[in-house]
Amino acid sequence: MKVTLKIKRFNPEVDKKPHWESYTVDVEPTDRVLDALHEVKWSIDGTLALRRSCAHGICGSDAMRINGRNMLACKALVKDVAKDGVITVEPILGLPVVKDLIVDMAPFFAHYRAIMPYLVNNDPPPERERLQSPEDRARYDDTTKCILCACCTTSCPSFWARGEYVGPAAIVQAHRFIFDSRDQAAEERLRILSEPDGVWRCRTVFNCTEACPRGIQVTKAIGEVKEALRTGVIR
Amino acid sequence: MPQYHQFDAIVVGAGGAGLMAALHASRSVKTAVISKLYPTRSHTGTAQGGISAALGNLEEDHWEWHAYDTIKGGDFLCDQDAVEIMCREAIDAVIELEHMGLPFDRTPDGRIAQRRFGGHTNNITKKPVMRACHAADRTGHMILQTLYQQCIKQNVTFFDEFQVVDVLVENGVCNGVVAVELATGEIHVFHSKATLIATGGFGKMWKVTSNAHSLTGDLPAALLRRGLPLEDMEFFQFHPTGIYKLGILLSEAARGEGAVFINGKGERFMARYMPTLKDLAPRDICSRCIYQEIREGRGVDGKDYVYLDFRPEVINRYFEEDGNPKRVDAHYLEQKLPDIIEFARVYLGVDPITQPVPIQPTAHYAMGGIPTTNDAEVLADETGRIVEGLYAAGEVACVSVHGANRLGTNSLVDLVVFGKRGGVRMAEYAKQASFRPINYDTAAKEGAAQLDRIRNNNGTERPSAIRKELQALMDDKVGVYRTGAGLEEALDHIRDLQARFRRIRIDDKGYKWNTDLMEAWELGNLLDLAEVTAYSALWRQESRGGHYREDYPYRDDTNFLKHSMVWKDGKLEIRSKPVRITRYPPEERKY
Ligand SMILES: Cc1cc2nc3c(=O)[nH]c(=O)nc-3n(C[C@H](O)[C@H](O)[C@H](O)COP(=O)(O)OP(=O)(O)OC[C@H]3O[C@@H](n4cnc5c(N)ncnc54)[C@H](O)[C@@H]3O)c2cc1C
Ligand code: SF4
Ligand code: SF4
Ligand code: FES
Repeated sequence: MKVTLKIKRFNPEVDKKPHWESYTVDVEPTDRVLDALHEVKWSIDGTLALRRSCAHGICGSDAMRINGRNMLACKALVKDVAKDGVITVEPILGLPVVKDLIVDMAPFFAHYRAIMPYLVNNDPPPERERLQSPEDRARYDDTTKCILCACCTTSCPSFWARGEYVGPAAIVQAHRFIFDSRDQAAEERLRILSEPDGVWRCRTVFNCTEACPRGIQVTKAIGEVKEALRTGVIR
Repeated sequence: MPQYHQFDAIVVGAGGAGLMAALHASRSVKTAVISKLYPTRSHTGTAQGGISAALGNLEEDHWEWHAYDTIKGGDFLCDQDAVEIMCREAIDAVIELEHMGLPFDRTPDGRIAQRRFGGHTNNITKKPVMRACHAADRTGHMILQTLYQQCIKQNVTFFDEFQVVDVLVENGVCNGVVAVELATGEIHVFHSKATLIATGGFGKMWKVTSNAHSLTGDLPAALLRRGLPLEDMEFFQFHPTGIYKLGILLSEAARGEGAVFINGKGERFMARYMPTLKDLAPRDICSRCIYQEIREGRGVDGKDYVYLDFRPEVINRYFEEDGNPKRVDAHYLEQKLPDIIEFARVYLGVDPITQPVPIQPTAHYAMGGIPTTNDAEVLADETGRIVEGLYAAGEVACVSVHGANRLGTNSLVDLVVFGKRGGVRMAEYAKQASFRPINYDTAAKEGAAQLDRIRNNNGTERPSAIRKELQALMDDKVGVYRTGAGLEEALDHIRDLQARFRRIRIDDKGYKWNTDLMEAWELGNLLDLAEVTAYSALWRQESRGGHYREDYPYRDDTNFLKHSMVWKDGKLEIRSKPVRITRYPPEERKY
């Protein structure tokens, strides 16, 4: 089928400001939007810049705004997103655009690093594995799925309004450790998240949950962190 | 203006192998990791099924059994001392990962859960054994995340989105690498005492592949240009269960949980070929059996695919037939295999819980690569001479622990065991070595010149057209089945593509985030690796593991129980070195 991609372009070496370009390509309905973008890049205009690697929704490289919604281009099928044969594609919002669909991810990863995204356990490790019951393991299963794609954070109105807000992705990562029975730094993480740019900036709008390509219950996870802060109990 | 950096240890690649090496090296020397992708985008994150270690958490197991299975799975081309190291150290490595925080699935009593995987057996009963430790079907994702988290905790230095274009090897020593910063196009020279390459696979020379767009073999190709050899390049694994036409992988974990292959006549055909292991026979064998079915007209609807069937009622029916008391239901499968079930739903529109899934073999894993010692030191030739200061680990390396065919779950083991050994060894070396003088300007100029040649080339050929042709050719002539004549044709064709590559033209002449340029440069690497792959495959006149020659259908231990080493110094040259055998004498491979 023929599909027209309307892409927001910006080349820092040439352009003063972003502009829209349209390209019509021939693709299969079941092709990914990523395939369609490649078709543009490979047969029409090689200057189109985007990040991608795995092409099946696992590496988190190709978060972009497709028809106004954050998605991974490799997980959106042409047939599902084309409206009257047109797909609009632009970079995710809230992070500086570097070139075309590529944004500067440094602020996003800085927020991630700020919440101590690693297991802390200061007891001498046992000879074998630390034990953890299947129930305790299940407690934080959902948030271990995060691929740091930024779809959630860059769909969040609170983050757009204030880039200092740690954002849902960092809270998801904090959740993954706070609720891990092996971890000992929950208090420290909760302290970080109780600061003005922590969880309380979240207004529970649910954009993040809708945007998450891994199906993580992002808003629920944020709610659980808020609850832990409110009650001082981690359950 | 080029920029210069000095580190005791440089790790190129931030997948499982690179991060493990960096964690260990950075404990004692100044270390930096350079990666063309953000670390968490590395392909290790896509690994699904598991990482094997003979923990024996659910049933009797021994690392010696794991070693034997690995060697037999590798069709006796593995270096057995290396395999023994890997399988012994796998146990501690998995425990180390757990201590770092890896969220493994758990047994009812809280230990690491394990599942079955192809080719892993109880050596007494010959039946499948539960050896693969897993975190649902995203084990690689969890390994990558966990190692990256630990690197953050340990404050490891990262150069993210820097692509290495040259390795500074001269007169048998390595003094660092040259990289381009993708965001700016600037050249950076990294001067080091020790350099470890962990850049993963290079499956993008095939069309139907489970490999990421970024797996283009940049560093092995750079070493070839620097006059170093690659080992066992004819051995590339075709995984039996790629999603039809797309090649996206459906992990063997599905079969570990009971899924079966079904042909167009509704038969579970693996029972016919491999009566004991059946659907859990090693990958090379399953892939050939699938093609055998297709060739004999038993593909689905006479087409070139078969089904992977993991509907609960089908799994349970065959469990019953096999005398296995286990039973599964939809809920259990959704818990154990959430990602691959979703892949089938999203990309095929097929729901595996109620429908069988169309699959075909997909180019998956490089058994060959940069030859190393058991401590990840890079070998300069077949005599065991090493390149001072140069190391390699992970999929890009050839130790060789996988021989002619890798068993499932053994790559992740390889990454952590040899990543760690490499990291430790490079740090030991860097601590006692001093920086050797290098000519920064020449290094930077040579790096930049490689890219400028492409940027400024005034040809007519589109790189994408050449890439497409290469991938179709490799699927067709250098795939699961090979013949001498086909390989000769492939070689001619690749050389023709190389000639056309010299006449390319790219659209983007800029510097910042010039992905047009980098993709073209990567294509040059793929072409060189395709050439040595076809050449090595032509040289090996036998069938062993993942390399099947229709004109030489049997394994030939008299003439080919040896590793190939290929050079491309102007012209191609092959030499060989013996396989190291310890306690497992070669025998016929039956399952
Ligand atoms: C879909 C899939 C499922 C798999 N499942 C399993 C499994 O269940 N069990 C198992 O054992 N194995 C599995 N494998 C195999 C295993 O995942 C890989 O072999 C392994 O992860 C490779 O890891 P690595 O660290 O060597 O390289 P990778 O993880 O591929 O990392 C390569 C790194 O090198 C960097 N790089 C590459 N080129 C350059 C350059 N020029 N300059 C700078 N940096 C560069 C990249 O940025 C990246 O960080 C699977 C593979 C696939 C594709
Ligand atoms: S629920 Fe909170 S974090 Fe999520 S989008 Fe809304 S405000 Fe942002
Ligand atoms: S929570 Fe979901 S959307 Fe947010 S970064 Fe993680 S995977 Fe992406
Ligand atoms: S390319 Fe990896 S998530 Fe889309």
